[in-house]
Amino acid sequence: MIDPPLAVLAELTHRCPLQCPYCSNPVELERSKTELSTAEWIRVMREIADVGALQVHLSGGEPMARPDLDQIVAAARDAGLYSNLITSAVLLTEERMERLAGAGLDHVQISFQDSEPARADRIAGYRGALAKKKRAAEAVRMCGLPLTVNLVVHRQNLTTLEDLLTMAVDLLPQRIEVAHVQYYGWAIRNRAALMPTPEQVRSALETVERARERLRGRVTIDHVVPDYYGRRPKACMGGWGRRFLNITPSGKVLPCHAAESLPGMVFETVRERTIGEIWRDSPAFDAFRGTSWMPEPCRSCERREIDWGGCRCQALAITGDAAAADPVCDKSPDHVTLTSLTNQALAEGAPDLVYRRYGARAG
Amino acid sequence: MPRLARGVRTRFDPTRQKWIVLAPERLFVPDEIAFEIIRRCDGTATVGAIADDLAAAFHEQRHVVLKDVTALLSDLAEKGVVVT
Repeated sequence: MIDPPLAVLAELTHRCPLQCPYCSNPVELERSKTELSTAEWIRVMREIADVGALQVHLSGGEPMARPDLDQIVAAARDAGLYSNLITSAVLLTEERMERLAGAGLDHVQISFQDSEPARADRIAGYRGALAKKKRAAEAVRMCGLPLTVNLVVHRQNLTTLEDLLTMAVDLLPQRIEVAHVQYYGWAIRNRAALMPTPEQVRSALETVERARERLRGRVTIDHVVPDYYGRRPKACMGGWGRRFLNITPSGKVLPCHAAESLPGMVFETVRERTIGEIWRDSPAFDAFRGTSWMPEPCRSCERREIDWGGCRCQALAITGDAAAADPVCDKSPDHVTLTSLTNQALAEGAPDLVYRRYGARAG
Repeated sequence: MPRLARGVRTRFDPTRQKWIVLAPERLFVPDEIAFEIIRRCDGTATVGAIADDLAAAFHEQRHVVLKDVTALLSDLAEKGVVVT
């Protein structure tokens, strides 16, 4: 008996006006002509509810690039799903925000690149992003929707974390997320430019702790230590095929948003079978589900049903073997590789950023 | 007078046959007592009134119930689920 998933990440499109060099989308971006139609996304929202999921995160690319977003939100609401819009907000005008709220959107998350306009433009590869984002945050509040401010942090902005938090608090969010860049896909190409120093990581922990004290009962702050500085892996996606699934713009159903980096895997699409069938019975979801696939040191580890072996994509990226223990774990023989990659990234200094673009293949 | 925070809602989940609390980026399944408290957080009832109501409904001593209600609400307020 396979438990139903709790949440679904729906990448409605890979198109985005921004070009952030740490984008979590795959390096092979899907083109607009392959995207699911409005009718298909509406059907997908029903299937997400049918398989038993309760929340849908509408993401991208930039989900606002879909002119039919309010129809998709309405379909999520009709299916009883809690809907969360994950957006860069540069396309989020007052008028569109009102339409989305009217369609039944539950929550908005806006990501910020920096608190200083020129630095924010440089990371986003987009002029005037910060002012638009601030206006959008105000529009979210005026519509009575809860707001999460997502602060993406890395070596080039961590020294100003206090300023970032001050900016975030001024936007009156319910929740702030301090999100260290995770090194997959695009971010691996920019690891040398973005990897934080040990001092920055330590100092960030203290800064967040002080802010939590100050803001207790008003704003919650989520903060996770960046992987390369961790000793215990995160339960990536809450365990493969346990809580979560991802749908790409063309309808591929993935156990995690980076799963296409794993070689030899075949992913089915919502055009072939229902999400329920794919969740319960497909080679990709079975591959790393549960604990029977685990080699040592995971197989006999007392934490195997806590972290579920960590992240498969990270295991592949660092060790070359998708079934190895996540090297974040200090029981992994490859844990030392992570340390040397960190040191190497720091020693390389700050090379030019490789921006996320269609057809960009540098690195 | 406690109420659910902005963006928090409850629903009965037919798949799991349980009440679920949905909030931004999180969701949880409250136990029966917790849910009885949460569903009374409508912004009009005081903490005292919620305790009165629960004590009557479950034939419990009011001071015991009040302690549970206060502890749960302070935990939920810390997590941003309830606003007091």
